[in-house]
Amino acid sequence: MRKSYLLLLLLFCSLSAFAQEYFPKNDGVKTESHTITAFTNAKIYVTPTQVIKNGTLIIQDGKFVQTGTKISIPKNATIVDLTGKSIYPSFIDPYSDFGLQKPKRSFGGRRSPQYDAERKGYYWNDHIRPDINPINKFTFDNKKAMSLLKAGFGTVNTHLQDGIVRGNGMLVALNSKADNSIRILDDRSAQYLSYRKSNASRQSYPTSLMGSMALLRQMYHDADWYAKGNAERTDLALEALNANKNLVQIFHSGNKHNSIKTDAIGDEFGIQYVLVGDGTEYENITAMKATNASFIIPINFPKAYDVSDPYAASVVELEAMKHWNQAPSNPKALADKGITFSFTMHDTKSGNAFKANLQKAIKYGLNKTKALEALTTIPARILKQEDKIGTLQNGRQANFLITSGDIFDKKTVIYENWVQGNQNVFKDKAHKDLRGKYTFNVAGNMYDVNIAGSPEKLKATVMKDSMKLGSKISFKNDWLQLQFTTPDTTKTEFIRLTAPVRNTTFFSGKALLANGSESSFNATQKEAKKAEDKKGGKKDGKIEVPKMLPISYPNGAYGAAILPQQETVLFKNATVWTNESDGILQNTDVLVKDGKIARIGKNINDRGARVLDATGKHLTAGVIDEHSHIAAFAINEAGHNSTAEVNMEDVVNPEDVDIYRNLAGGVTTIQLLHGSANPIGGRSAILSLKWGRSADEMLFKGADGFIKFALGENVKQSNWGDTETTRFPQTRMGVEQVFTDYFQRAKEYEAKKKNGKYRYDIEMETILEILNKKRFVSCHSYVQSEINMLMKVADKFGFNINTFTHILEGYKVADKMKEHGVGGSTFSDWWAYKYEVNDAIPYNGAIMHNQGVVVAFNSDDGEMSRRLNQEAAKAVKYGGVSEEDAWKFVTLNPAKLLHIDDKVGSIKTGKQADLVLWTDHPMSIYAKAQTTMIEGTVYFDLDRDKQLRRNIQSERNELMNMMLLEKNKGMKTQPVRKKEKVHHHCDTVEF
Amino acid sequence: MKKYIYKYIVCVAVLFGTFSYAQQTPASKQSQAISIVGVTAHIGNGQVIQNAIIVFKDGKIVRVGTAGSATEGRVIDAKGKHVYPGFISPNSTLGLVEVDAVRATRDQNETGSFNPHIRSLIAYNSESKVVESCRPNGILVAQITPRGGRVSGTSSIVQLDAWNWEDAAVKIDDGIHINWPNNFTNGRWWLGEPRGLRPNNNYAKQVTEIQTVFDDAKSYLNGSRSPKNLPYEAMEGLTKGTQKLFVHVDTEKGILDAIDFGKKNNINIVIVGGYHAYKVANTLRQNKIPVLLHRTHSVPELDDEDYDLSYKKAKILTDAGVLVALENSGQMERMNTRNLPFLAGTVAAHGLDKEKALQLITSNTAKILGIDARLGTIEAGKDATLFISEGDAVDMRGNILTHAFIEGRELSLETHQTKLWKRYTKKYEGK
Repeated sequence: MRKSYLLLLLLFCSLSAFAQEYFPKNDGVKTESHTITAFTNAKIYVTPTQVIKNGTLIIQDGKFVQTGTKISIPKNATIVDLTGKSIYPSFIDPYSDFGLQKPKRSFGGRRSPQYDAERKGYYWNDHIRPDINPINKFTFDNKKAMSLLKAGFGTVNTHLQDGIVRGNGMLVALNSKADNSIRILDDRSAQYLSYRKSNASRQSYPTSLMGSMALLRQMYHDADWYAKGNAERTDLALEALNANKNLVQIFHSGNKHNSIKTDAIGDEFGIQYVLVGDGTEYENITAMKATNASFIIPINFPKAYDVSDPYAASVVELEAMKHWNQAPSNPKALADKGITFSFTMHDTKSGNAFKANLQKAIKYGLNKTKALEALTTIPARILKQEDKIGTLQNGRQANFLITSGDIFDKKTVIYENWVQGNQNVFKDKAHKDLRGKYTFNVAGNMYDVNIAGSPEKLKATVMKDSMKLGSKISFKNDWLQLQFTTPDTTKTEFIRLTAPVRNTTFFSGKALLANGSESSFNATQKEAKKAEDKKGGKKDGKIEVPKMLPISYPNGAYGAAILPQQETVLFKNATVWTNESDGILQNTDVLVKDGKIARIGKNINDRGARVLDATGKHLTAGVIDEHSHIAAFAINEAGHNSTAEVNMEDVVNPEDVDIYRNLAGGVTTIQLLHGSANPIGGRSAILSLKWGRSADEMLFKGADGFIKFALGENVKQSNWGDTETTRFPQTRMGVEQVFTDYFQRAKEYEAKKKNGKYRYDIEMETILEILNKKRFVSCHSYVQSEINMLMKVADKFGFNINTFTHILEGYKVADKMKEHGVGGSTFSDWWAYKYEVNDAIPYNGAIMHNQGVVVAFNSDDGEMSRRLNQEAAKAVKYGGVSEEDAWKFVTLNPAKLLHIDDKVGSIKTGKQADLVLWTDHPMSIYAKAQTTMIEGTVYFDLDRDKQLRRNIQSERNELMNMMLLEKNKGMKTQPVRKKEKVHHHCDTVEF
Repeated sequence: MKKYIYKYIVCVAVLFGTFSYAQQTPASKQSQAISIVGVTAHIGNGQVIQNAIIVFKDGKIVRVGTAGSATEGRVIDAKGKHVYPGFISPNSTLGLVEVDAVRATRDQNETGSFNPHIRSLIAYNSESKVVESCRPNGILVAQITPRGGRVSGTSSIVQLDAWNWEDAAVKIDDGIHINWPNNFTNGRWWLGEPRGLRPNNNYAKQVTEIQTVFDDAKSYLNGSRSPKNLPYEAMEGLTKGTQKLFVHVDTEKGILDAIDFGKKNNINIVIVGGYHAYKVANTLRQNKIPVLLHRTHSVPELDDEDYDLSYKKAKILTDAGVLVALENSGQMERMNTRNLPFLAGTVAAHGLDKEKALQLITSNTAKILGIDARLGTIEAGKDATLFISEGDAVDMRGNILTHAFIEGRELSLETHQTKLWKRYTKKYEGK
């Protein structure tokens, strides 16, 4: 690597005037320049907190030499007087792709997926690319540099934004006048990571977010193993990863959920990532703080939606509108919480937008010092480059801005951006402010001239007595040109003036009169333009903060600013479906206390309890869905035929509105299962649907671990199209071998593990848990042959399949299932959607039940899941299961299948108060869930629902009005858009 | 190629082998009068008659009376039971597809975008096992509808117990189905556009295209008609008013534009789907435009919408005076047809009067499809297409049929599924 770097240096040196002292010179005599420049009388922001008024700043050889008020300026210094102006450190972008071209994804062709890595001699997965060093691909982009300089940036840490591990970054000063040997301040600055695959490879794995997470974890284990010298071959990627270990690790997590998860992964391996967020951190600021991470955040605040067409406006959701309203407060929220953060231009289209958003953030309460830190000292600290950049302190790179005033003021102009002592001029800082009232004497005729506008773009009003004359003014490089019409309106004739303005109080020059004769004129300033009367910023210093709606959890529809709390509740006079030997109790009271069912009986009193009159109503245990795909960011890791290493707990989306809708259907617990894209799927997440709480809080405490297996058409890719015919297995015969293979390997792995020398393998560890009865299988299954097969494979390896899910031909082998001890979680009546469900019958549940199998009805569908009470009734209709037993199909039985029946699934003293109060017989089509509680906290209630609906209406209305106002003010808007909502099923594959 | 053909043959052989056994034999013509006595009769028009007596003969209902009125022929004592008019499933693809995932069994979607001449009836498989599975839940009539394109084709109405499509036909070529352009379109994310819905900039153009086609068709039909134009010929019924135009449309603006289109072209239209129809209920009522409302059992499209929005739309529309019936298109729509009664039941759970909810799958549907002279209610003179249920037929626990009749013919309530049920129950009992 070093070698190629040197080569590059040589290349660039030949083009450059900045030759190294020891380099030969053949195009002239040897010259060196060590000019000293002193900037005087400026307001100098040495650091965001150390500000010198009327100070002097001295630079030499591209670095700061001295800063202060009483310093002696060397005699040979060039002095630049900056009276009235300010000097700031140039900004730093720690997350940039400057000068680096991302590879293009190869599209097209009906090609089979690629399962193996393309790169040889590297890691088994092409998306792990720690070996990428951008120095080899870097081209200094002058045009981009100029736009960054204009925006105030002086240094960027750039990297190739491609892949999961993306290799190291490098620190580049945006010095277009030097070569790479000078402007690259550090060629190995930080390592970058993300969850996005590389465009450079078509390797399938990972196809999902949880796959990327699992891959990262395995990679760290492998790197450790490799570092200890256990590998028999060379792996350049792992070598590079180990070499990059001491660099700052910057992770583009993508959103607030991933930020929490990413930090947790870091914790597993002793790594504190710097997290690159997406600007939604304010929505869960406490969790962000808890990561202890520094953040790099974009300030790409959304534009208002154009809601002027009410039909179109109806698709804009509250969540999106609230984000528009609240996003500008994100930097303030981070600062208030004491979270270290830096800004990035990433995701912001232009320097102007960046500047405007910066001002917006300040308007929303971000402290200016914090803002400046986020642009200078913090990125320097994050990158561990504080000795080089970020302040105007001695010895740092001479990267600084000369501005007309407060950098965050809308009217402030950046005159110059100096990088490594090289001047980039954007506006003439010596430009005089000509604005004011003048008397012009043109060949003896007096005119009143008022010059207004902005200093760069003036507007003149020329009056002869009380008559206004047409005029045009220009003022550049101290030369004024003014032309105006004569008072004689019958003619089209002009008087033209031109003059150098050395002094705005009095100046004179040449006049060309209407008749073509030359003369002279002079101008006397009667009154200069008064100092800025700042609009917006009121005199008393109070800035009007735009109205912001309160943040709710989740921060969109049906969220609440204050989450519901655990209560002591007394249900009076209910029909209680105990699911215990007591059966159905009439006119019974149930007391809920401390999240538990405290008492069941008649005439219970409790002074502290909120009493709910349940007369005529039915109280049951909460509905449990054994097979759900709601509340997830991804469902299938389809890149391998076994993905036991992935975990659905990594991708729980606690803000999916389907959680709320499930609650409205009386559902309190779900098993979030991996999909059925492969025989061995991922580990599942068992969730309590505590709407508004975090993903971690929703995980069912103390639950056993489960994993998804799958059989049949999905895993053999029967319906995936003609190109998907290369992955093993393609037949049911192959499916058996996949299982046998993995179980056999897991046993061998265990043997190795006992011997001590082994490569830690997350996938094998998980499969081993199954063999050792510490993790339990829920297997997607259809036809009797495969059901029977898997039971035999399990028998052979000495464990039991816990649950067959779907299990549509379970009725054909119910006796065998009973014997094996496996439960069946089936659909009530689905069939005809695939060839393998030809013999699926709605009597399946009843037959299995009659044979003594523990039977549940599940949904696999975000719609049906909220009507599982109705589905249970189908067990009564098809096959005549008793109502009491049918009700257990969606409550106690799934609890048994999930090993949580000691906590939920029935109404029994001491159990968790996961309860539903129904308006009617729970399996009646006419029943509605009135109140749904989890551990004594009411998460859904019909009355509360009404209130939430009103809130949505009023907030929508208020935000729409604010957006319309924004549009009417001429602000830019964006067309309406509705986010994509994917309703996941078993076979949902997302790439 | 050879290999392909071989595969195909194997595939067909397998399908044939599986699908060709165990169909229930269609019932033969009603030979004697039948009287149902002691039953709670849900007439289908909102009326309930307790302890009713229903007499039908030669396929037609001759009398609906209360206790004590005369019986005739065979008497079925249905005390404690309920009788309903046969449920009707509009906008259905029953019999056009057997197994969703098997392409060889899919016949619902012809290629091309302007297909009024495509007729569903001739592809309707009266011996489909899925069709068979609908009968035991009380669904006895369906409108078989092609899918796809801008104009999908022409539907027909069938009864669900027949030897072949000709026998099944109740009303041939009853209407033409058009998929109205959407006001919104999905971002083409693979081209770098953001995912999700955004306004469709081509909407106005697409609407104009429809008008142009109709203008051309009219011009053709009023001219020499030579050379023959099959699609335009197929539209004759529309212009004469003997066929309806079923406009599949969900958005507010789309519905308003469709109403306007119907008026301008003097065509009877029916809104199908109508996701946002409840927002323009008054306009629908004023223009007497009926709605075949989308599946009750569906989640709201927008996060902000009420969780029960899909459950209560039918009530909102009914209360506003719009003629509404329920349709069931969507995911796994064919196999889900048998849950049509429960779509109506859920509407009742969310506020609509139970008998009015029943109308959503009986008399209202019959009116909208133009078959109300024969079907949709239990009234003298109408077809004896009805069934007896142990209990409330729109509730899962009550929907247990004991008898079902189409035009007086008593159907078998057995299916491939009940046979398997009995076979395996016996297997275990035998042990």
